[in-house]
Amino acid sequence: MNHVLEKTPHPPARALSLETLGMTMRFGNFTALRDVSIKVPAGSFHVLLGENGAGKSTLVKCIMGFYQPTAGQLTVDGREVEVAHPRAAHDLGLGMVYQHFTLVPSLTAAENLVISRADVPAKINWAREREALSAFMANMPFQVPLDVPVGRLAAGEKQKLELLKQLYLGRKFLILDEPTSVLTPSEADELLGMVRGLTTAGDLTCLMISHKFREVTAFADEVSVLRRGEYAGGGKVSDLSTADMAAMMIGEKELVRSARRVETSGNVVLEMKGAKAPDRSGFKTIEIGDLKVKAGEIVGIAGISGNGQMELMQMLAGQRPLDAGEMRVKDTPYTATRSEAQKFNVRYLPEEPLKNACAPKMTVAENIFFRDFDAKSGKRQFWLDGRRMMAEAARLVGEYKVKTASLASPIASLSGGNVQRAVLARELTGEVDLLVIANPCFGLDFSAVAEIRARIMAARNSGTAVLLISEDLDEILELSDRILVMSEGQIAFETPAATAEIGEIGKYMAGHH
Amino acid sequence: MTTDIGLWGVPLAILGGAIRVSTPFIFVSIGEALTERSGRVNLGLEGTLVFGAMSGYAVAYHSNSAWVGLLAAAFFGLIFGLVHGYICKLPKVNDIAIGIALMIFGSGLAFFFGKPYIQPVAPHLPAISLGWWSDVPQVQAALRVNVLFIAGIALALAASWMLRNTKVGLTIRVAGDSADAARALGIDVNRVRLWSTAAGGALAGIGGAYLSLYYPGSWNEGISSGQGLMAVALVIFARWSPINCAYASLLFGGAGALGPALQSVGVTQGYYLFYAAPYVLTLGLLIATSSTTRAMTSAPGELSITK
Repeated sequence: MNHVLEKTPHPPARALSLETLGMTMRFGNFTALRDVSIKVPAGSFHVLLGENGAGKSTLVKCIMGFYQPTAGQLTVDGREVEVAHPRAAHDLGLGMVYQHFTLVPSLTAAENLVISRADVPAKINWAREREALSAFMANMPFQVPLDVPVGRLAAGEKQKLELLKQLYLGRKFLILDEPTSVLTPSEADELLGMVRGLTTAGDLTCLMISHKFREVTAFADEVSVLRRGEYAGGGKVSDLSTADMAAMMIGEKELVRSARRVETSGNVVLEMKGAKAPDRSGFKTIEIGDLKVKAGEIVGIAGISGNGQMELMQMLAGQRPLDAGEMRVKDTPYTATRSEAQKFNVRYLPEEPLKNACAPKMTVAENIFFRDFDAKSGKRQFWLDGRRMMAEAARLVGEYKVKTASLASPIASLSGGNVQRAVLARELTGEVDLLVIANPCFGLDFSAVAEIRARIMAARNSGTAVLLISEDLDEILELSDRILVMSEGQIAFETPAATAEIGEIGKYMAGHH
Repeated sequence: MTTDIGLWGVPLAILGGAIRVSTPFIFVSIGEALTERSGRVNLGLEGTLVFGAMSGYAVAYHSNSAWVGLLAAAFFGLIFGLVHGYICKLPKVNDIAIGIALMIFGSGLAFFFGKPYIQPVAPHLPAISLGWWSDVPQVQAALRVNVLFIAGIALALAASWMLRNTKVGLTIRVAGDSADAARALGIDVNRVRLWSTAAGGALAGIGGAYLSLYYPGSWNEGISSGQGLMAVALVIFARWSPINCAYASLLFGGAGALGPALQSVGVTQGYYLFYAAPYVLTLGLLIATSSTTRAMTSAPGELSITK
């Protein structure tokens, strides 16, 4: 059936339908996908739900030609096709927006769009391209600056540009891999509303991978749920409740509930006053006028990525020297050296822990032992105590349910959730007075998220001061006692979580106030 | 016959030095900028430069034409670039290690074949006198501009234009910034890097031919004295922009002329220190323009010493 693969010079003009039949994918002995059949009619908005490792990405990679399925068929617009490589999928009009960005950082948005086209002329006539681009952008519901290198755009803008790129290339069936994880609620609504508009008009068919039930119920027509590589259920969104979908997703498993919030009151542990530092571009200043975190409280910092949260984390961790102002921990000036952090029991859980809090090629045991390798109950140690390291690591790996082949495996071989658990195990062991966390649940599945949030809440309940920097507003709302909103390098808004209003927070996140 | 023009000799000598000394730097650094923009470092350009100087001189001597020599130098440079690019295509090969190996190999090969050409005299590349309007011989000397210098400036403009306005240019930048994105666009990253390295090698060969065929204008084993390596460092200083490469080369050449110029007007105390001016200047500027907290936005994302 290869004859349908001849190149289509022009992308199809209308939305495409797509169907998989008995799709199966085996990697050696491991079956990642077993007999999955889903049907996505033309012009529909279909959501693929499932936990991490449920087989969602395997399925879409089979559709896009990254993998060749072991068995099963793919039908596009009623014709059976074989997609040998991603190029072939593109020629059929299939496109995908990935979870990670595929844009080239040092090229501008305009250059990224133009070079992604298959028919770029040898000499690019920028005047004409620019005209075509502005005509294209005029029909789009949102704008992205075209002349700034993409590396300087915030994550939300990059995600918009990824979507714009697919539309610019004339794709008629779009796979979106968690497209809203970096957007504010109102941005997400805008983006999905626009996709919804395109599908209703019959210009586009959309298959979206998502974890957010709110988006499913608000925008999708139909849903398919995968669990452990198999089709677990699905149907029209209007016929299903959120509880039904969650049940299909998780199966019979008990979720770790967030620990209950207990009443606490404590002294100020962390204080920042007039702290100023340049941002990563060097052109703007991050200024934290007045920030206090008390013992036994979680202060959540909400904001769209790129508004200075990363720099704030670096200031707190001593990676970004202050130009002015000061940080105080327990009323003593604090510059985040290792000895100060040990003395005041300050712990960190930065975002992307594999990159920022681990030595990826060192073993799980070594990584877990980073806090203690040179000290034992306050006394310096010269020789590394291998036996104590193994015992400690084994205990923590068991306690925090880190799934690893062995304690001697490199930590980079663990999945994202397990790296997060291992780092959390290291950071929460012993006495912790101040915990600084950034995006702890980014890219983790349902049950891992619940468990990690429960650990954070438990730390709070036992009197730890927690500063939580997160781009996930749901997470901030669930965990925080007080919510601060960061916008353009400053704290723009503060509200107690109990009386917080999402609309208002969103407004400040977007910078309109 | 010389006219005494006093201290005016110093800026004039610096200008003349900038134009004379900078040309090989311009070619080598633009070549390296192209290579690095595609995501590879070719440290072997020092060897390519020396071999270009030798082969250019030898071929010019036998053919009695400096231009044929120049072409030969470019050709051998291209071959060196292709060898580097081809070896780096193999899995688990480190481009920096290969570069160092090729640097030593190129110099050694040039010394081996170059022994018989130390004595003979080969024809020189022509220069254009832009100082005809002046009666002062120092001015005339300073403004004797070799055609390769003009070609180098044109090359800087052309390379910069190419990187922004052509498919080839954008493809090179994509390959150098994100190999994943390049593969997603269907670009054969290794091929782009192979030919970028080859082009860089050819330019370095031309830079070498300038050394032996114009200034200093003869072949000997100490002809390069590390200029190829300095040119590679200039690329970082120039932030991977071909036009900045030309500026940096001029600055470097001008600073290099400071020592001899001061000596010629009678400054005898510590003029050796001024011979170090280009290195001190480069170091100072690198420190002044670097930052521990700001990201180096212009660096190609794929450049790395660990592969």
